[in-house]
Amino acid sequence: MSHDWYSDFVNSGVGKAIAGNVGLPPVPKLRRWEPGQPLLSGAALLGTATANGRVAKVVRAVLTEAGVEVHEDPNAPIGGGSSTSKVAAAIVDATGLSSPADLAAIQQFLTPVMRRVGPSGRILVIGDVPAEADRPAVRAARRSLEGLVRSAAKEARYGATVNLVHVAEEAVGADLESTLRFFLSSRSAFVDGQRVDVGTVAGYAGSASGTDWDRPIAGKVAVVTGAARGIGRTVAKTLARDGATVVCVDIPAAGDALARTANDVGGTSLQLDITSEGAGAAIVEHAKRHGGIDIVVHNAGITRDKLLANQDTDRWNSVIDVNLNAQLAIDEVLLASSDDQGFHPGGRIVTVSSMAGIAGNRGQTSYGSSKAGVIGLVEATAPLLAPKKATINAVAPGFIETDMTAAMPVGTREAGRRLSSLTQGGLPVDVAETIAYFAQGASYAVNGQVLRVCGQNLLGA
Amino acid sequence: MASPRRAAVVGANRIPFARSNGAYARASNQDMLTAALDGLVARFGLTGERIGEVVAGAVLKHSRDFNLTREAVLGSRLSAATPTYDVQQACGTGLEAAILIANKIALGQVEVGIAGGVDTTSDAPIAVNEDLREVLLAANRAKSTAGMLKALAGLRPGQLVPEIPANREPRTGMAMGDHAAITAAYWGIERTAQDELTALSHQNLARAYEDGFFDDLLTPYLGLTKDNNLRADSTVEKLGKLKPVFFPAGGDRAEATMTAGNSTPLTDGAATVLLSSDAWAAERGLPVLAHLVDAETAAVDYVHGDEGLLMAPAYAVPRLLERNGLTLQDFDYYEIHEAFASTVLATLAAWESPQFCKERLGLDAPLGSIDRAKLNVHGSSLAAGHPFAATGARIVPTLAKTLHAKGSGRGLISICAAGGQGVVAILEA
Repeated sequence: MSHDWYSDFVNSGVGKAIAGNVGLPPVPKLRRWEPGQPLLSGAALLGTATANGRVAKVVRAVLTEAGVEVHEDPNAPIGGGSSTSKVAAAIVDATGLSSPADLAAIQQFLTPVMRRVGPSGRILVIGDVPAEADRPAVRAARRSLEGLVRSAAKEARYGATVNLVHVAEEAVGADLESTLRFFLSSRSAFVDGQRVDVGTVAGYAGSASGTDWDRPIAGKVAVVTGAARGIGRTVAKTLARDGATVVCVDIPAAGDALARTANDVGGTSLQLDITSEGAGAAIVEHAKRHGGIDIVVHNAGITRDKLLANQDTDRWNSVIDVNLNAQLAIDEVLLASSDDQGFHPGGRIVTVSSMAGIAGNRGQTSYGSSKAGVIGLVEATAPLLAPKKATINAVAPGFIETDMTAAMPVGTREAGRRLSSLTQGGLPVDVAETIAYFAQGASYAVNGQVLRVCGQNLLGA
Repeated sequence: MASPRRAAVVGANRIPFARSNGAYARASNQDMLTAALDGLVARFGLTGERIGEVVAGAVLKHSRDFNLTREAVLGSRLSAATPTYDVQQACGTGLEAAILIANKIALGQVEVGIAGGVDTTSDAPIAVNEDLREVLLAANRAKSTAGMLKALAGLRPGQLVPEIPANREPRTGMAMGDHAAITAAYWGIERTAQDELTALSHQNLARAYEDGFFDDLLTPYLGLTKDNNLRADSTVEKLGKLKPVFFPAGGDRAEATMTAGNSTPLTDGAATVLLSSDAWAAERGLPVLAHLVDAETAAVDYVHGDEGLLMAPAYAVPRLLERNGLTLQDFDYYEIHEAFASTVLATLAAWESPQFCKERLGLDAPLGSIDRAKLNVHGSSLAAGHPFAATGARIVPTLAKTLHAKGSGRGLISICAAGGQGVVAILEA
C-alpha cells in the first residue's frame, strides 16, 4: 500500500497552517470501528419531516438501547454546552412525505445540523421507497431525498457522512436495525452519499433480536474467495472478528499466503481455482467439516487491463471467467445444495462489484464489464434467494488503498484519492465492514443491494 | 486380545521439493518443516490445537537441531503443548514416523498425530575436520594457559578442510548410486527400462499437477508452486542422451546404465501427514482417506553378505504379505520409492525370480509380477525429487488419496533406505 504523503502533510502542524491559508483540501482522519466501541461517540439529534413519520420511534429505541442521548430540537444545548455544541449524529425520519412542500421541514432541521455534526459524524435520512408511490407529488418528494443526501454529503466536513435509507412500506421496525447501526457506527467510515433499500425484495424474513452487536455473526461459517491477500484477507479477518469461522479460498499458487490468512483467523484454507469444474462442489464438500455454509463472499477477482483497441479474447475471457462466471456457477451449486450440510437457509451471499462497473474506467472494458455484470447477477439472484430466506448483495469499492492502487501512476493515484468527498482513499477494512454488515443475520431485510464504498468518489456518483 | 483399531490417514501437507542449492538454498530444515506444518494447520483448522504427538526427522541434521521437530512445532501455529520426538531411519524416516504414530493411535495412546520428514542438502551441516576437532577438544580440556597453547600448537593448515556430508555409505565408502549400479548389473536391468520408468514418473507427476491432485496435499513455499525437478516433457529419447554417472565396481564402464536422469537428484523439502483415530476425524467432519493396516521393516547385509544395499524391501514385503494373508497381486496400487529407476526394477525382478524367492526368501514359488499400470500412478521420487526423510510423508498421503478417489482398495508402499534397510506398509480404503 503506498503512503499518503499529502495526508501526512496537511495533518502536520505546519502543514495544517499552510493548507488553511492557501485553501488545500484537508484530509480528515476517519473514525473506524473496533470491538467494544460505542455506537456513537456523542449525542444524536432525531428529526421528523411530517407527523406521519413511521420510523422515528424505531430509531429512538435503537439509539436508547445503545445508550445514546437523543434530542429532537436541532438547536438543543447538549451536555451543558451551547446550542451549537457538537453532536455525533443526526437522523431524519423523512417517511410519510405527501408533497415536495414537506421537504422544507427537513431543510429546517438539517441547516443547523450541518454545523453541529462533529468529526466522523453521521447524518442519516430515512425515507419511503419512491417506486412504491403512485402520485407524482409523493414520488417526487421521495425522490428528492436522494439529491438532498448526495449534495449534503459533498458539503459535510471532517469525515462526516450523509447517507439515505429507503424503507419499504411493509417493513417493520426491527428490519431497520442492522442498517441503522451500520450507517451510524464507524463501520461505515468510507460509505458516503449512498443509499440502501430495506425490505424491498418480497418474501424476506428473519429477526435481529438477540444479536450481539459486537459479534453479530458469532457461530456462523463464512467462505471467502481470494482470501490470500489484499481486501480478501481483510474480509476474512473482519468476519472472524465478528465471530465467524472462515473458510479461506484462493488459487493453489497463492497457497502459502492463504495458509497465513487461515491461521491468522483460526479458520481453514482451501486451495482451489474457482473457475475449475466442480469448484462449487469442492467448497460445499470442504465446508461440511464446519457443518455447512452461512455466508459466502465472492471476493476473488482479477484485472487484465488493456485498451479495447488492443484487447485479445484470452485476456478478456480470463477476467469474465474469474470475476463473473465462477460465482454464477458456485451460486448455482449453493442454491441446489442441501439445507443442513450445504448453504444454510437464511444464508448470505455478498459479492464485490466495483466503481469501474458503475462509472467505467479507461483500460478496463473487461473488468468493468465483469463488475457491471455482478450487479445484474445480484439483481436477478435476490428474488431467487427469498424462498431460502437468504440474501445477496454487493459492495462496489471505489479507490481503496491496496497493492493494486500502489502500482498506479502518482497522478492517477492522487486523483483517485482527492476526487472523493472524504478526500482520501478507503482502506480494505472499509470494504470488509460493509461486507460484514450484509453478512449479518440481522440484515435479513437487505437484499439485492449494491452499496458503494468510495467516500463519494466523483466517478459515476 | 481385541485387535487394535486402525489409524486413519486424514490428510497431508508438503512444500514443493526443490533441487539442491536452488529455491530453498537458504532454508533450514526447521524453516521447511515449520512451513509444512503450518500449511497442514491451515488446511485442517488446527490453529492452537494440541496434537497428540508430532513425529518427524531429518537425515542430514545439524547438531543444534537435536530437537528439530519440537523446535518446528514451537515455531508453528500448533499449540506449544504438543509433544514431539525426532526419528531417523535414513530414507525410511517419513514412513517410519507415520508407522510410529499409527501404532500409538492403534493402541489408543494418542487420538491424533502428525508424521513428517524434512531434508536439505543445500543447508547441510558442515563439520570441522576431524584432526582440527581433536586439537580444539584437547585445548578445551587443558587446565592451564600453557597447556592450551601446547594443544593449539597442533594446528595445521590442512585441518581447515571441512567435513562435508556425502551421500556415501560409511562402511563401504561407496556412493549409494555405485551400490545401486552393482545391483542393477547383477539383475541385468537395462538402460532403456530405467529411462522408461523415469519418463513415466515425470509424465505421471505432471498429469497429477495438471489434474489438481496436489491442490490439497501441497502448499507453495518460497516461490515454488510445484517440484522443480519435474520435467513434464521428459521422454525416453531425451533421457537416452544422458551419460552414465554411477558405475558398478569392477564392471565394464561401457555397460553402465545409471544416469543423472534415472537417478533421483539431491533435493530439499519437507512433508507432513495427519493421522488420527476414526472418531477424531468424525468429530471434526473430516473424511478418512485410508487406513494404515500394517507395516514391516527389514535389513540386509550389504557389507559382508552379497545382497544389494537397497534390496531390503524385497525381504520386508513377503513377510508383510504372509502376516496379512495376501499375495503380491492383491493390491490396487503400488508405491515403490524411486531412489533409482534401477532399484525399483531390481526389486520387481527379485520378486519375479524363482531362484531369489526360493534361496533368499525361502518361498516355494516366486511372488510374481505386478501390473505395472498400478505402479507410482501419480509419479514418484525420480520426478518429484527425494528429500530423504520427507519421502515417506509424501508417499503415504499420495497413496491414501489415490485409494480414496477409487472408493476402496488396497495399496502397498515400499521404501529402501541407506544402511541396507527397508520400510514397507499396507494402506486400505
